This record gives sequence, C-alpha cells and structure tokens, in this order.
Amino acid sequence: MAKIETKDVNLFYGDFHALKGIDMQMEENTVTALIGPSGCGKSTYLRLLNRMNDLIDNVKITGQILIDGEDIYRKGINVDELRIKVGMVFQKPNPFPKSVFENVAYGLRVNGINDKHIVEETVVRSLKHAALWDEVQDKLHKSAFELSGGQQQRLCIARALAISPSVVLMDEPASALDPISTAKIEELIYELKKDYTIVIVTHNMQQAGRVSDFTGFFYLGELVEYGRTADIFTSPKKHQTENYITGRFG
Amino acid sequence: MSLNMNEKIARSKRRSEMFAFGIFRALSFLVVAILFVILGFIIIKGGSAISWKFLTTMPTDGMTGGGILPAIIGTFCLVGGSILFSFPIGVLAGIYMNEYAKDGPLVRFIRMMTNNLAGIPSIVFGLFGVSFFVITCGMGDSIIAGSLTLGILTLPVVIRTTEEALKAVDNSFRQGSYALGATKIQTIRKVVLPISYPNIITGLILSIGRVSGEVAPILFIVAYFTTKLPTSVKDQVMALPYHLYVLATSGTNIEKTRPIAYGTALVLIAIVLIMNLLANALRRYFGKKVKMN
Amino acid sequence: MNKKFIKKLGEKLIHGLLTLSGSITSIIVLLIVIFLFKEGAGLFNRSTLGDDMVLAVNKSNPLNKIKAAKVKAIFDQQVTNWKQVGGKNDSIIIIRLEDLSTYYTEEQLGANLENVGACVSKLTDSLSGAVVYVQKKFVTKDFKGKVLPEEHLSLTEFFFGKEWFPTAVPSAQFGILPLILGTLWVSLGAILIALPLGLGVAIYLAEIADPRLRGVLKPVIELLSGIPSVIYGFFGLVVIVPLIQQAFNLPVGETALAGSIVLGIMALPTIITVAEDAMRTTPRAMKEASLALGATRWQTIYRIIIPYSISGITAGAILGIGRAIGETMAVLMVTGNAGVIPHTYLQPVRTIPATIAAELGESAQGGIHYQALFTLGCVLFVITLLVNLGVEYVSSKRKF
Repeated sequence: MAKIETKDVNLFYGDFHALKGIDMQMEENTVTALIGPSGCGKSTYLRLLNRMNDLIDNVKITGQILIDGEDIYRKGINVDELRIKVGMVFQKPNPFPKSVFENVAYGLRVNGINDKHIVEETVVRSLKHAALWDEVQDKLHKSAFELSGGQQQRLCIARALAISPSVVLMDEPASALDPISTAKIEELIYELKKDYTIVIVTHNMQQAGRVSDFTGFFYLGELVEYGRTADIFTSPKKHQTENYITGRFG
Repeated sequence: MSLNMNEKIARSKRRSEMFAFGIFRALSFLVVAILFVILGFIIIKGGSAISWKFLTTMPTDGMTGGGILPAIIGTFCLVGGSILFSFPIGVLAGIYMNEYAKDGPLVRFIRMMTNNLAGIPSIVFGLFGVSFFVITCGMGDSIIAGSLTLGILTLPVVIRTTEEALKAVDNSFRQGSYALGATKIQTIRKVVLPISYPNIITGLILSIGRVSGEVAPILFIVAYFTTKLPTSVKDQVMALPYHLYVLATSGTNIEKTRPIAYGTALVLIAIVLIMNLLANALRRYFGKKVKMN
Repeated sequence: MNKKFIKKLGEKLIHGLLTLSGSITSIIVLLIVIFLFKEGAGLFNRSTLGDDMVLAVNKSNPLNKIKAAKVKAIFDQQVTNWKQVGGKNDSIIIIRLEDLSTYYTEEQLGANLENVGACVSKLTDSLSGAVVYVQKKFVTKDFKGKVLPEEHLSLTEFFFGKEWFPTAVPSAQFGILPLILGTLWVSLGAILIALPLGLGVAIYLAEIADPRLRGVLKPVIELLSGIPSVIYGFFGLVVIVPLIQQAFNLPVGETALAGSIVLGIMALPTIITVAEDAMRTTPRAMKEASLALGATRWQTIYRIIIPYSISGITAGAILGIGRAIGETMAVLMVTGNAGVIPHTYLQPVRTIPATIAAELGESAQGGIHYQALFTLGCVLFVITLLVNLGVEYVSSKRKF
C-alpha cells in the first residue's frame, strides 16, 4: 500500500481551477520532489497533504487523498492529529519567538506532553537528528532568532521531527538559504529518508535531481509527468517536461 | 517511536478550543448587543419626541417645551466653522508629513506632537479655548472661538486620515510619474491625490460625525439658552450635545424635559449614523469604481 | 525663462505652505502648554484667603505664617487653641465681620462701617487669642495688631491634600488627592471591564470570525467609537444609574461603578482596534508553523499570537486607560461628583475632568479657583503625555 495516495484531486480557489485531477502515489521512505514553474500548483498540492489549505477561505476540494489508507478529508477526522502525523517545513525559516529549546518542545507541549524528561530527551534527539545539536547545545535557552538562517531552518526541521511524524512535507526548504546551508539541508534530507516519507517542493532542478527518488512535474495545475527521478531527468516522456528541465522556460 | 496522540489529550484540546471560541463569540455578540441596546433605546424613546416642529422651533417655557432649532443651527455653525479650519490645514499637513518630510528628528518631533495633540483630553481643549481664543484673542463666547477650539481638536484626526490614505498609494505610481519628468507637486496633484482622495473624503466625513458630538471643548463657550439665531460669527450659539447635557442634568421638571432630551439625543445619534452610512456608501462606491478601472 | 521662474516660485510657495501646515500641530501643542501652565502656575503664587481678605491677630501671637488647611480647621472650630497650630497656649477667638456686632454696637461701628478699622484694631489688641477675618481695607495705618499672612499652597499640599473646597471661606482648599483617586478608581474599573471584553472581541475579529462576520462587526465597532460621549453619559444616567441603584439598594445610583461601566464601554473600540491590528501583524508563517505541529487554533492564539503581539496589546490597554482618564462628559453625568476620597465602587466620586467641566463656569476669570482648574488641566495634560510616551515606549520595543 502506498504511504500517500491522491485520486483525481481537484482544487478551486473561488472560480480558479488550481489543481486538475491529480493522481499520485508515494511510497514509504522515499523522497518525492515536486517541480514546476511558479503558480503551477505544486505548493498548493503539498499543502493539501496536511490540510494547510483549510486556512484559506473560499477553497473547494474534490477527489480523495489517502494517507496510510485513510481519507484525510473525510468528515470527523481530527486535523490536529493529521498534522502530527504529517509534519511540515516551510519556505522561509519561521521559528517562534521563543528559545531554541522551546521551539523544539512546542509540538510536544501543545499535544499535552509536559514531562520534563521526555521533553528534554526528545528535544535533544530531534536536534541531533536535524544535525543541529553540535551548533546549538550551549545556546538552548537563547532566542531562536539569534541563530543563522540555515540554523533556523534546521531548527524548524528539528521542531517538525520532535512530534515523530511519519511524513515530512518541505516547501522549498532551502530557497532562502546560502549554498553551504543548502548543502547541509540536502544532506539531512538524504539522512531522514530512512525514517520518514518526504515530499519536497523545489524550484531548483539540481536539488530535485540530488535528493529525490521520484519527481512530479506540475504545469498549469496539472501533473504533467510523474516517475523515477532518474527517468524524468534523463528521458522525459513529455515535451513540456523536457523543456522545463532543460531550462527553456520556467 | 511515534507519538500516538492520546484520545484524552485530543479531546481536551478540542474542548478547550470550543470553550474559548465560545467565550469570544459570546463577548463579540455582547458588544454588538451593547451597541444595539444603546441605539435602540435612544431611537425608540427619541422617536416619539421628534417631529418637524421639534426640529424647527425654539425652546419654550424655560426649555421644558418647544423645539431645538437654535441648538441644531448652533451645532451646524460650530461644526462648519471647525472643518473650514481643520480640513484644509490638516490635509496639507498630512501631505507634508507623508510626501515631503524626510524621516529625521524634525519629522519625528512633529509626529510626536501630532500624537500628543490627539491624546490630549477634550476638556483641556476647553480650558485652552477659553484662555486663548475667548480671552487672549478677544473673541468672546462666539461661534468663531468655538469653531477654532473644535478645529484644533479635529486636526490630528484629519492629518492621520490623510497620511494613511497617502501611505496606501503604492510608490510605483510616484516613481512612474517622476520617470515621466513630472515634478513633485505635479505628481502629488495628478497622481497621488486622485488615487487617495476617496479614502481622505471618507475619513473626513467620519470626523464630522465625531466633532458634532463633542461638548467638553466648547462647554464654556456655547450658550445655555438663547432664542436668538446667529447673524455673525461673533454671536454665541447653543449646541446640540450641550443642550442634551443641560436637559439631562439640570432639568427641574424631569417629566417635561426627558422627552426633549431623548429627542435631542436621537438627532445627535442620527448625525453620527448618517455620517457613518455616508462614509460606508462612499467606500463601497469608490471601491467599485477602482475595480472597474 | 520667465515661465520657469514663476513655476519654481510656485513650487517654493507650496512647499512653504505645506511645511507651515505640517508644523501647526507643534505650534498648537506649544500654545496649549504655555496657556495652561501660565494660568495653572498662578495657583501656587497667591493667597487662598480670597483676594482682598486678611487675617488679623494679636501682636503677641508668635505665628508668622499659617497654612490654608489650618485656617480652615480654625474657622470650622476643629481647632480651638493656638497651641494646636503651633502657637502659644491660648484659646482661639474667631471673629468675622458679622461677629463684630457682638462686641460693638452699630453706632460704634458707624453707619457706613467707617469705624470698623478702629474696632478691628482694638479687638486684636485686647484679645490675645483673637483672629479676625476681614477685608484688607479695614486694616488701617494705626492698626495695633498684626496681619497673619497665609502660606502659599505647596505642591505637596496640592497633590496630597485631602480636601477640595475651592469656594470655602475663609480659606479655599485645593487638595486634589480625592480627585486623583476618583479618576484612578473610575479608570481602573473601566479598564477591568473593557480589557477582557475588548481582548476577547479583538481575538475573535483577528483570528476566529470569518470575513463576512468581520465585515459586520467592524462597522459596529466603528459606530461604537463614533457615538458622542454625552450620549453615553445620557444612556448611563437614565439606564445604568437606576439599575445600579436598584441592584445594590443604594440611596443614589450615581457611583464610581456607573462611571466605570460607561467608560469601559467607551474604551472598548480603542482597545479592540489597537489589539486587533497588533494581532494581525503576526506573520502568517508563524501561525502556520504552529498549526502544522498539531496545535489547535486556540493553542496557536494563546501560545504564539498573543505573546507575539503583546506589545501592541499593551499599547491598546494603555491608550484605553488614557482615554478613560481624560473622558469628561459621560463621567460628569453618572459619577455623582462627590469630591471625597472613595472607599467603595458604590459611592459617588469626582474625577479631574469632571471637576474642570463642572466648576470652570462658576469660577471668576483670573481668580484662584479659576487658576486651580487650569492647574488640574496641567495635571491631566501631563498624565496624557505620560500615557503617550508609555504607548510609544511599549510599541517601539523590539519584537524579539
């Protein structure tokens, strides 16, 4: 069974048809990259998977989205619970105005876990997991805003990992970072694959090629092509995909 | 290890959210209810007192009968005079602050002063009006002294309204105009003001509603009672809000003065309501026009 | 060439006009300060006895000066011995102009009071404990007693004096402590009512209400802030005051509580608007991050949004208090205006603005009472200045 499966998903912003009949399956412990020009719907699609689009008014969704075989848009589903299972890292580092420690502990605390030992242990483990521990272990109680951009983004990853999701969504996680920080994040993604199913939206073709197992190319709200990254990059079946990958537009 | 969310925690999260949101919704409806109770009360009680005659005749029998004409005319004169002073100067000042003034110590000082002026209690304006306009400038208890006092009270509102409207104009419009070789003044006149004037006008209309209801600044300037309609700016006039205050607090014959007080209150409320409706209508009208363009 | 010159001149003129308009608020504030403080400072520079009145005492009286409060105590007969006010052991004999007839016949005083001066002189000379309160003109050249000058009001007496009797005779009392406390009580009560209510509404508007509901609520709040204060006062007077009177079974319903309720309603729009604006500045990304971690919207509100916008919320609260302190008409109409130090909320109080509003009309222009009201104006001005500075300080604080 696929970890994530979407069947004929359509999304409308008012009259605007933003996603058109998307069918997609993602296997457990893989990295899937979503690529395409701006406004093609890839971020919108990503945000369907943890129901982040719920926050926007006037959105209509049809079709089915299954995670672990469960329809996440079914009535009566607990959205908070879904979001614990499906973590998210955003485009720009967005730490809370709290200490490094409290940033990571936030997800635990809002879910009722306040036991000092468990919280401490989880924070340390998550920071290590996000390859940030060595850099922040003596700054745990300083404001998260004192970290560099790249560190902040890894802190956001650690924060997402702390609540033990099984899926991690990443919305252009390195677009606001310098090359060295980007390299660190990519390395991290590769590491995380062992424990998580990762879906990453990226603008950066090379990045998609480097980190992902599967790639989906979105264009004007449609999933033009989806397959193994190696195949997409070396022998795209569709003309548009080829044009985009070779940099003729986008 | 996965964090299996405990059913109990999930429920308590939901419950506390529902509880909190319920409270906030209730509080919001309470505030709406407060407004409607006040408005409804005044409208119902005042409605029976109001007639064409009430609006167009003089008070009689020591203010226990008759109408409120002099108070309406007085308020009209005072408000008219005050906006003659505050609108042009305030709009110019707003343009200066947003378009000309470079961010430096001078502008910061002026802005601080404007903020301070806005924060000064209205009764202090009353004191100032008496000692400056009435006595030092020798204007006496006149329309002009009252108008100027109300005018300086309105000034910060007008300035802020103008500034905000100008700030909302995207800088690209200005740059586009400069790029075509227009001077600063041409840019302001031909580009910035045409875009921002709907917001300025809406703000100004709202401020008319506000200033009509002010009493404290003119408490020592307007007349307690007069049946003489003003013929010059040096005359003393009655004012609606002060008339309401007098009727409400110092009436000796409450059964007779209360209906007049309710009627006066309704007229005041009506002015505020009309100004608000007008402003909202204009907002919608201009909003549509902008969309159409 | 000529055209260009005219155009340039025009630009310069307009610029000048704009600069002038821009600086007008500063000029006005300056004028307000000058006129307020010029009149207000006079209070500390004159006798509270009344402009042409004096106190005459026996030459042997060791006192050289006396405070206004003591004069009042003497004439109210709360003090009956000079020892109690720092003099020698001698009982005090109070003599007002009208009391002279108990010592002298009308003939002796003269048909046109032409001999009063001599009588006063004789009286003060013969009665060692006498204190005579008469017009200055009766203290003649051959006066045998001595004039007891009154000490000028000190700042301490002004701010901490417990009695506000601006028209008391012989000595007006200008202690504003009851007025300050009255103002603070009413404002504090108002903010206790308005803050939870206002914050709740602000949260609802900023984070919970859907846009359509918000579109209804915003104009309501705008309207609430547009209603004139005298209408609030009137509503308070005819609805809230009687309700309080019945609910607590009081002799009068005009109380601090009534003032607080009315002011609380009036402060609502300020608090709601400022707090809502502050909450709206919370970056969307931060809210989303919280939700993405499984937090509910409510958890996001109180764990992220409120801490993030706390400086703006505080600014709103301070502004609300500032408005409450300066509000005049509504308070004047519902608080009962008793100038005593309040002990409960169910008691009439008198605030600073209400005092000015109620008394300026009755005070003689340029007189000591008139000046005292301007001094009150100065106090109000300084309070609002502090409030403004407080708001500026709070909102300029770095957001993490």
